[in-house]
Amino acid sequence: MNTFIHDLIEINRYQPNHLLHILRAVQAHYHYIPKAAIEQIADLLAISRTQIISVIEFYSFFHLTPQGQYEILISDSITDHLLGKHELAAYLEEQLNLKIGEVRADGLVSLANTSCTGLCDQGPAGLVNGHALPRLNKPKIDQITALINQQTPLEAWPQELFQVDDNLIKSDLLLSAPITQGEALQSAFKRGLKETLNELDISGLRGRGGAGFKTATKWKFCSEELNDERIVVCNADEGEPGTFKDRVLLNSYAHQVYEGMTLCAAIIGAQKGFLYLRGEYLHLYEKLEAILAERRQAGLLGLNIINTDFNFDIEICLGAGAYICGEESALIESLEGKMGVPRNRPPYPVTHGYLGKPTVVNNVETFLAAASIAVNGGDWFASIGTDKSKGTKILSICGDCAQPGIYEYPFGTDIQTILDDCGASDVLGVQIGGPSGTFISNKEFSRQLAFEDLATGGSFIVFNEQRNILDIVNNFTHFFAHESCGFCTPCRVGTSLLKNQLDKIVDGHGSAGDVVALEELCQIVKKQSHCGLGQTAANPILTTLERYPELYQAQLKKISYEPGFDLDGALETARRLAKRDDAAAHLAQVEE
Amino acid sequence: MTTKIRVATTSLAGCFGCHMSFLDIDERMLQLVELVEFDRSPITDIEHCTNCDIGLIEGGVCNSENVHVLREFRKNCKILVAVGACAINGGLPAMRNFISLEECLNEAYIDGIGVENAQIPSDPELPLLLDKVRPIHEVVKIDYFLPGCPPSADVFWKFLTDLIEGREPSLSYELVHYD
Amino acid sequence: MSKTITIDGQIIPFEEGQTIMEAATEAGVYIPHLCHNPEFTPHGSCKLCTVNVNGRTCSACTFPAMEGQQILNDAKDINEDRKKITQMLFVEGNHFCPSCEKTGNCQLQAVAYHLNMLDDHFPLFYPHREMDASHAEVLIDHNRCIFCTLCVRASQQKDGKDVFAISGRGINKHLIVNAESGLLKDSELKATDQAAHVCPTGAILIKRTGYQIPIGERIYDHTQIDQVSLNSENLQHDN
Repeated sequence: MNTFIHDLIEINRYQPNHLLHILRAVQAHYHYIPKAAIEQIADLLAISRTQIISVIEFYSFFHLTPQGQYEILISDSITDHLLGKHELAAYLEEQLNLKIGEVRADGLVSLANTSCTGLCDQGPAGLVNGHALPRLNKPKIDQITALINQQTPLEAWPQELFQVDDNLIKSDLLLSAPITQGEALQSAFKRGLKETLNELDISGLRGRGGAGFKTATKWKFCSEELNDERIVVCNADEGEPGTFKDRVLLNSYAHQVYEGMTLCAAIIGAQKGFLYLRGEYLHLYEKLEAILAERRQAGLLGLNIINTDFNFDIEICLGAGAYICGEESALIESLEGKMGVPRNRPPYPVTHGYLGKPTVVNNVETFLAAASIAVNGGDWFASIGTDKSKGTKILSICGDCAQPGIYEYPFGTDIQTILDDCGASDVLGVQIGGPSGTFISNKEFSRQLAFEDLATGGSFIVFNEQRNILDIVNNFTHFFAHESCGFCTPCRVGTSLLKNQLDKIVDGHGSAGDVVALEELCQIVKKQSHCGLGQTAANPILTTLERYPELYQAQLKKISYEPGFDLDGALETARRLAKRDDAAAHLAQVEE
Repeated sequence: MTTKIRVATTSLAGCFGCHMSFLDIDERMLQLVELVEFDRSPITDIEHCTNCDIGLIEGGVCNSENVHVLREFRKNCKILVAVGACAINGGLPAMRNFISLEECLNEAYIDGIGVENAQIPSDPELPLLLDKVRPIHEVVKIDYFLPGCPPSADVFWKFLTDLIEGREPSLSYELVHYD
Repeated sequence: MSKTITIDGQIIPFEEGQTIMEAATEAGVYIPHLCHNPEFTPHGSCKLCTVNVNGRTCSACTFPAMEGQQILNDAKDINEDRKKITQMLFVEGNHFCPSCEKTGNCQLQAVAYHLNMLDDHFPLFYPHREMDASHAEVLIDHNRCIFCTLCVRASQQKDGKDVFAISGRGINKHLIVNAESGLLKDSELKATDQAAHVCPTGAILIKRTGYQIPIGERIYDHTQIDQVSLNSENLQHDN
């Protein structure tokens, strides 16, 4: 009997829902999930080994085979590419003497790519055993290499290697005047919970994750469900490349986010809440736990909150590397200790969410805003913004600009103003809302930040005139193929087909019909996919194809057809084995 | 008298089963030759294609020669047709795609039981094998597909008569088979 | 007066709680499907049953029937999308029908026939997948798995076991077997289990039974899947 596993399961109270917690701990301890551990966990939790294996194989941060004692991941986000990721990764490979995707023979270190780490304003970034490494450069890589080769424990690494900055640059309504601890709850109970929900309704607050469902309506629906248990979930799984606002909100405004969750719980009648924190934000975990403890101490969580009969507490659940878990029903599956596969809807989470109970899932920023509204009233919030988009939006601005960081703007602000503020010049275009959003060209900068025009969960990536649009689109398209959960056919197969078809065109092997085939594929993936991931996976191609059709056409050869694979390369093995290199041992890619 | 429609046929990485099935149109062949003339084909022994209306390709692409023949057909045929499972998805020959070419050749010429004078053939006259067997639509543009292993004689008949009589070819449920 | 939905202009009654698929099947309207089987909880993953409900794309097998829905099912553009989805399933795996003993009885093939699919359209993936022939009576050929989870559901919901699961993410999804060795022979599966018989393709086969009925005389050789499916599923329902 392995006591490490046994103790771990005991700490987790034999809860199968805690499978992700448990596997994270096992991965951290052994740097993989050993077979014996799977058997023991299955036995102790009374779940099948296949459930555990499927979870391990679903999340990028879990492994069935041993990784290095130092697991290095390097962010493959487009923003890291803009900051020189490619060259830096090559340097890292050279210094560590291993290739991306490999474990070094001595077992000391492994290296792999990972999706956006939420450090786009301070990249190129990486993770070591889950801990963020911002602003990587060659001297730092030399330092890291030495620390690894000397087998210095992570706790003894210089703290400046892990120094993550807020880069909070522009504050408006919310960020300039945070509430004091307990203020929102005091106000809400004083005003009355029903009346506070009404204020939220007046405020016009809509979900800040991007979809924009009206918050008061969601809370109202959930509160009306007949069930004695309701759940509040804060979605802090911001995985959209280019987004990092929640990182800053949780680092510097966590009290207010928790207070927004507690407010929601009071209004809908929930006793249990979760903060689903993306695995990449492990560096925030201890601080966030400490703030929870502080709030319990202060009577703002736990039993009899602010001396009322209201009881509520929050648990933090860490993800393990899966973009799809930002989709609310996938997130709930993940909270339940399962693969993050989006559910069929209806039923929606407000009626059947976590463990089938009515559940409100909102974005970090939504809870933050709700807490402020509870203090300042609905009109205060609704007085700014546009008709359909009230209040402000917090943006994570990165890419080609002088001052990347966090900016808060009233809805309705035009893109040019934002670009001027962040010091972006010579701009080719902006990716608004991340890969799943829209690429706008420099002819569209008078457009507005608003649900009815350019909606965004917060991602705002600037590209200057030197950037190649197809490289950007290619990076995004590969990202979606990597992050597709695989549940439904159009997304599982379609995103991989899109990746291959775009590669063919970008690599210069496309011919007349290939862009048509690409577009046709985009339409079916968009139309037929099960959830938002698949439905938006073709957006990078579609939004650029619409704006720059000539760019795609220029990649095509003036022939009717070219093979989708390297013909001469396909003869390489036969040439080597037959020891031939004569003219007949080669094939031209296109007939002369 | 109008000029006859020229048809060329070939078998690449196939078993000639599709050609055999074509011949199964039996006495209808007499009607067909009233309307068509065969160009390059195993049934004529013409070695190279001239300008043709229809090219029928059986089999997938497994070696360099297949690529050359396929290109010759594409260049000379107005309409190119993938005939049978192997042309359409590589078929049974493509089941070697899951074994590396090196293993395949070693088994056949080096390590296999009963191999004498073990060596991998190296002769400029011999076409080299591609690392994977491919369907023909991944090498040239294909206009029509006739599934089946083989497609039945009725499929050939229906398809060719549709084309010859100027209809868009279509296959009814009974005529569509992958086996 | 019972509640109704309209499918391709035909008015169809339904009972509260029924899905569009259930209401359609009862009324004798076929909606193509692969991962759906009326005996098990709907899954909604293959997307063959995609229909247009009041202008919105929905999966008929999971979407509830609701009063007044105007549904398009047997429409040209929808069937065109279904054909592409079927082609995706074909290129993703290794479906060599001539060498598969399920040919003629295979639902993947039958849906493709029904949609008049003549080619694979997309480039083939030729993934490297294994076979598991360890079990005395049942064979798994992973080349043909389409991740419909019918075996997973049948094992859990009918056999009272938990033999199968789908693991992995995205294009790397694969079927796994609940045994310490990962092999079918070490699992609880019996050849009499429903899970061993429910596979719509040739991924799970009962050994030594494949050629009892000659090719050419099999289920879908002369009868379209719409007829077969409606007959058998309504029969199951009546029972």
